Amino acid sequence: MLQGIAFYLLAAVATVSGLLVVTARNPVHSVLWLILAFFSSAGLFVLLGAEFLAMLLVVVYVGAVAVLFLFVVMMLDVDFLKLREGYARYLPLGAIIAAVLLVEMIIVSVAVVQGGAAAGLPAPGAPDASVTNVEAIGRVLYTDYVYFFQAAGIVLLIAMIGAITLTLRHKPNIKRQNPGDQVNRDRRKSVEIKPAATGEGVSAEELL
Amino acid sequence: MDPVSFWATPLGWTLITVGQVLLITVGVLIAVAFLLLADRKVWAGVQMRKGPNVVGPFGLLQSFADMIKFVLKEVVIPAGADKAVFIIAPIITVILAFMAWAVIPFAPGWVVSDLNVGILYIFAVSSLGVYGIIMGGWASNSKYPFLGSLRSAAQMVSYEVSLGLIIINVILLAGTMNLSAIVDSQKGMFWNWYGFGGGADTWPLVVILFPMSIIFFISALAETNRPPFDLPEAESELVAGYQVEYSSTPYLLFMMGEYVNIVFMSAMISLLFFGGWNPGVPQAWMDGLPAWIAYTIYLLTFMIKTVFWFVCISMVKAFVPRYRYDQLMRLGWKIFLPTSLVAVVIVSAWRVFVVGS
Repeated sequence: MLQGIAFYLLAAVATVSGLLVVTARNPVHSVLWLILAFFSSAGLFVLLGAEFLAMLLVVVYVGAVAVLFLFVVMMLDVDFLKLREGYARYLPLGAIIAAVLLVEMIIVSVAVVQGGAAAGLPAPGAPDASVTNVEAIGRVLYTDYVYFFQAAGIVLLIAMIGAITLTLRHKPNIKRQNPGDQVNRDRRKSVEIKPAATGEGVSAEELL
Repeated sequence: MDPVSFWATPLGWTLITVGQVLLITVGVLIAVAFLLLADRKVWAGVQMRKGPNVVGPFGLLQSFADMIKFVLKEVVIPAGADKAVFIIAPIITVILAFMAWAVIPFAPGWVVSDLNVGILYIFAVSSLGVYGIIMGGWASNSKYPFLGSLRSAAQMVSYEVSLGLIIINVILLAGTMNLSAIVDSQKGMFWNWYGFGGGADTWPLVVILFPMSIIFFISALAETNRPPFDLPEAESELVAGYQVEYSSTPYLLFMMGEYVNIVFMSAMISLLFFGGWNPGVPQAWMDGLPAWIAYTIYLLTFMIKTVFWFVCISMVKAFVPRYRYDQLMRLGWKIFLPTSLVAVVIVSAWRVFVVGS
């Protein structure tokens, strides 16, 4: 019973907030609703018994990706009136894309119900009940699919290097702090004792 | 219907869980009230002041007086603010701060939800904590709060990376993400604690794990926006950062969330690296004791360790000047991240080649 209540609650929140993502007038509100949608779908994952994936969804998407989304959207200076102007013009295009998505989703759900191309294969699942979620994923990920795992890692590495090279700039006339130099600095490098006769002192030119 | 089966029904389960949640919430709140006072007393002690000493004996009731004062004041919402988000932000902060306590084991078996992915849950909840600050800063519709929230977003995302990598070391050694099991694997003498190497098989790793526990402590300071990393609310540059426009109860909620998070991080350090509820001394004499005395000893051990790390955090506040923003980023990305990555490689190599599976 509790699972049922939790499912309907989370599903309703996810659907409503998904709807509000596209209808909210303020883009920042859209991102906030998107975060709520992510969070509720993570709750649905927990109900499915995939608590590891649920936590990863929250850590990666909600905790990191959506923060950067919000970061960018908050900085944008969006003119809401201008944003609404092209509504009628883009409506047909939007409707076509929505229709294509709908058809694809129907096809996918039919395929899932019928078993699809993989109907004859055994479903990958936990080897037995005592094995935790994390262990079950780890066992297949690092054995059967290790090459795909490594390939995905390399793709991400390339994306990261690409992002760094695109944004890395060395400005010539900029002062940078080098903490190593600062820490290694001692009296001999920074202070010099100039001879000064008693009663006469030294003039500024002599010090240079 | 006999009472045992009643607690197994959905209603009974709900009641018992709500009871546990209330117990922990109230316990943490009262603890935070006194720890806040302790924080101010430590701070005052370092500066050779007396600190709050007027309300109640030794100023013990100061936090309660402050709370009543905050609640009775008027809530001022700026005219240009986004009202809903402005009010929701502190509520989110305080709720998330309390949510994380659900998986903290206070003594053997004394935990609301003994999740198998306990550490990931904590990581997920603490990564959500940044939203309260960002939303508060943005909704205020004012420059200083906005700058504060931008700083906080960058800072918390950066230090989460090194926190996560350090936790991976502990997960590798314990072989589980369940917090009770992690604490249980540090049973026995204090050299079984992961901060001191983690027992017979892995004692040479103390040269890595002890520095890692220190880095965890420093990252926890950055993650909770504590001095010397309190850039989101740097009072000398940003007045009070994301909290500038907040007053009355919403401000109280922000402060409460912050302190609950700090106490939580102290608890995490003691759970992951310093044995949690394990006293770290020979425990054979405890077998003859009645259960309630043994559990009191476990609970007290855990609390003493948590308070110790809390006092460390408040002393850092008094000792260390605030970091500049580029220094903060350099420390996070160029020092802590590579160091903890190397530590993960060495610890996992030791786990595979020396300890074996």
